[in-house]
Amino acid sequence: MFNEPHPDEVRIITKRFGLPNSASIDTYLAHEGYVAFMKAAEMTPEAIIEELKVSSLRGRGGAGFPTGLKWSFIPRDNPKPKYVVVNADESEPGTCKDRLLIENDPHQLIEGCLIAARTIGCKLGYIYIRGEYRYLIDIMDKALAEAYAHGYLGKNIKGTGIDFDLYTHSGAGAYECGEESALLESLEGKRGVPRIRPPFPAVSGLYASPTVLNNVETFCSVPAILRMGGQAYADLGTPKNGGTRMLCVSGHVNRPGVYEIPLGFSMQKMIYDVCGGIRGGKKLKAVIPGGSSSPVLKADECDFPMDYDNYARMKTMAGSGGMMVMDEDTDIVKVALRTMRFYAHESCGWCIPCREGTTWLRKILTRMDEGTGRRADIDLIHELAKNMLGRTFCPLGDAAAMPTIGFVEKFREEFEARLRETVVPVTSPDQLIAIG
Amino acid sequence: MTFTPETEQKLQAIWSRYPAGRKRSAVIPMLMYAQDETGQVTQEMIAEVAKRCEVTPLQVEEVVGYYSMLNKQKMGKHHVQVCTNIACLLMGGEELWHHTTKRLGIGHKQVTADGLISLEEVECAGACSWAPCVVDGYEYHHHMTIEKLDQLLDSIENKVQ
Repeated sequence: MFNEPHPDEVRIITKRFGLPNSASIDTYLAHEGYVAFMKAAEMTPEAIIEELKVSSLRGRGGAGFPTGLKWSFIPRDNPKPKYVVVNADESEPGTCKDRLLIENDPHQLIEGCLIAARTIGCKLGYIYIRGEYRYLIDIMDKALAEAYAHGYLGKNIKGTGIDFDLYTHSGAGAYECGEESALLESLEGKRGVPRIRPPFPAVSGLYASPTVLNNVETFCSVPAILRMGGQAYADLGTPKNGGTRMLCVSGHVNRPGVYEIPLGFSMQKMIYDVCGGIRGGKKLKAVIPGGSSSPVLKADECDFPMDYDNYARMKTMAGSGGMMVMDEDTDIVKVALRTMRFYAHESCGWCIPCREGTTWLRKILTRMDEGTGRRADIDLIHELAKNMLGRTFCPLGDAAAMPTIGFVEKFREEFEARLRETVVPVTSPDQLIAIG
Repeated sequence: MTFTPETEQKLQAIWSRYPAGRKRSAVIPMLMYAQDETGQVTQEMIAEVAKRCEVTPLQVEEVVGYYSMLNKQKMGKHHVQVCTNIACLLMGGEELWHHTTKRLGIGHKQVTADGLISLEEVECAGACSWAPCVVDGYEYHHHMTIEKLDQLLDSIENKVQ
């Protein structure tokens, strides 16, 4: 399933992909497995955090927060138990990388968790895997059992005096649970609604205790950083944007796939060299660069070095690395509607601007798409979305609003063209409601 | 409520993962595995999970109402999920969805009369680079076409006869 590697890739966390039995502990141990943990056991927590800070590793789940800094927020004098939680609730549309990391190299993730546990002095951790990924839960459970059997989990791991237990935890289908505070609620057996912050999970996370919570890919990058040294890892990327990351390319390219590339890699090269250009010799129209929450880029904006800061300069975001490429025939109104149908379905209903905003935007976009929209609707979409920004507990409201604003601002002419098209006869009650 | 020995073993393993006094954490995974056996979440199951996890049935009920993979309605033996989210939409996911509803004569979250297949239009299943994708139960089918989808449905229908 994993695509053919490309020579421009820099394979750090995917280097074991493709080895025979790459998910087994024997293969892992034969290829520098658990070396970084043994090294970490000799290091002080401060030294590990310093190494992560030097590496300038930033969270790979979406927000891009510096990992070393996040881990340093854990109050180590707090008498409460501490927890490590892995966010494997990969559900941002466009993203399919954590899946490969667990499927092909689950021990790398276990080692990343072990290093986190050693750093913060924690004895228990959970890997929260989305319910749809049942086969990955099975793979992970098998890897965990192997790690226990080989003494890399449990009591007094390899004579280091470190105790650590790690388990999988199944989700049950909710995009919202990929948001850190909602994930913690869900892990506690409740509805996945977000918590107000502060306090952040580092201070009050799982069971109101200090918790390190990171994305799968972030944890998977940690062993490599300790092995090669923070500076060497940082040097792979650009300043403040260390290392490599996995980019999931989908849509209208000749070679869609998941590729590990250094930060700062050119988007132009990514589309035309690594992914073989637009299929059928068509022209590029637009790219959604980092999952459905990131504002769209027009074809002429798709030439910049892809690191967190440059995405921000382009007024979009690196997000989760889900890059969706659209050719000239793509119907932007349809894409905008499908995006909003997703957010309206997944809004947990906790914050009113998000619950009502996504629902109304879905209704208005539905009538736009069906050709029964009104001229004022275009500005209404824009205004409604703008009013959602920054008014919710968690980023889902923003995640729904930002791409919508992007679609309307950058492709206004397509929305206007839709107004000029013939009005279709009303055929369903849904449509009547949409017309209002 | 009693489960098959395999499910029972799984439920107990899940239960044991959480610290004393924190058994509520087991509610969602336990419901997921229990539902796999019965094809739906029943009142009896809700009461059983509530008892084991030391919470009220209402606390389990509110969880069932929230998560899209927990179904109170009986689903088919094969739960066929067609993704139509952006990456799949770009690659023809919508055509697959319309084809499936036509062929089976059922819509979103409906079950065929013989109870064999239930259908759901799902949000991103995490197979974007291998779109479009269809999931049968927990089994992923990538790079789907109408022909491949028909073959899948044929094999499901033939397995039963």
